[in-house]
Amino acid sequence: MRTRIVPQRGFNLDYLMWLFTRISGLAIILLALIGLAMGFYMGARLQTDIATLFRWTFFPNPNHVVNSNIPDVTLGWANAFWQIMQMLVIFFAGTHAANGLRMITEDYLGHSIGRPILRGFFFLLWMAFLILAIYVIIGSAY
Amino acid sequence: MAFGKYTGWRGLTYRGGGPMLSFLLHRITAVGIILFVGLHVLASFSMQQGLGDWGTTINIIYESWIFQIFVFFCVIFHSLNGLRITILDFWPKLLKFQREILWLQWLIFIPIYGLAIFMMIKTGLSGG
Repeated sequence: MRTRIVPQRGFNLDYLMWLFTRISGLAIILLALIGLAMGFYMGARLQTDIATLFRWTFFPNPNHVVNSNIPDVTLGWANAFWQIMQMLVIFFAGTHAANGLRMITEDYLGHSIGRPILRGFFFLLWMAFLILAIYVIIGSAY
Repeated sequence: MAFGKYTGWRGLTYRGGGPMLSFLLHRITAVGIILFVGLHVLASFSMQQGLGDWGTTINIIYESWIFQIFVFFCVIFHSLNGLRITILDFWPKLLKFQREILWLQWLIFIPIYGLAIFMMIKTGLSGG
């Protein structure tokens, strides 16, 4: 049995991502609560199913909540404030997720030759996800 | 394998109890949320740009109330468990009451999730 190499203490990637995971988790919960409250305020409280409520909560985008039986969705949602909120959600969630995938795979791989390859792969996946999602947000602004 | 000792059959029969269950569920729900959100963003991109029918197909599956039961489990469990981990990490004195906090987490989780799936099944069976 091989011994596990414990990460160094101090100011490094592992510490930064440990801190970021916690802060981004709290930020996602806060942003989701804001989205949920504003969704209720703008009319989601009448005859809304859970799936629609999910959409109001996590991704308040006019194209995203378009099926929700509320006539004036674009009135309250299509402005720069909600676009910035969506980008924040996407940034925190995407980075949290990419780092989580890295941690899970590195737990099972350990220090092997696949580690830098996987890190590069997750980095590319993260960048592609962020660019795609921001493109969707900007594209559905009107 | 980094932890060769605990993989295979011995890994499956290892009795970690409640904390291990929440650790496992945290990882499984994490991968579930990543698959759901990643495919959903791709599908929304495809619907927005008109890249064929597959985006619509995926979103119809995602919007069905049966699938939402799984998604809601993943989101609620992952957020509550993550909140517990964050609180325990930032206030290590609470680690003394780790088991009690785990029970408290299930006590918060069960009413929220139970009410949600009750509403989903009720509206789902009556036709939306």
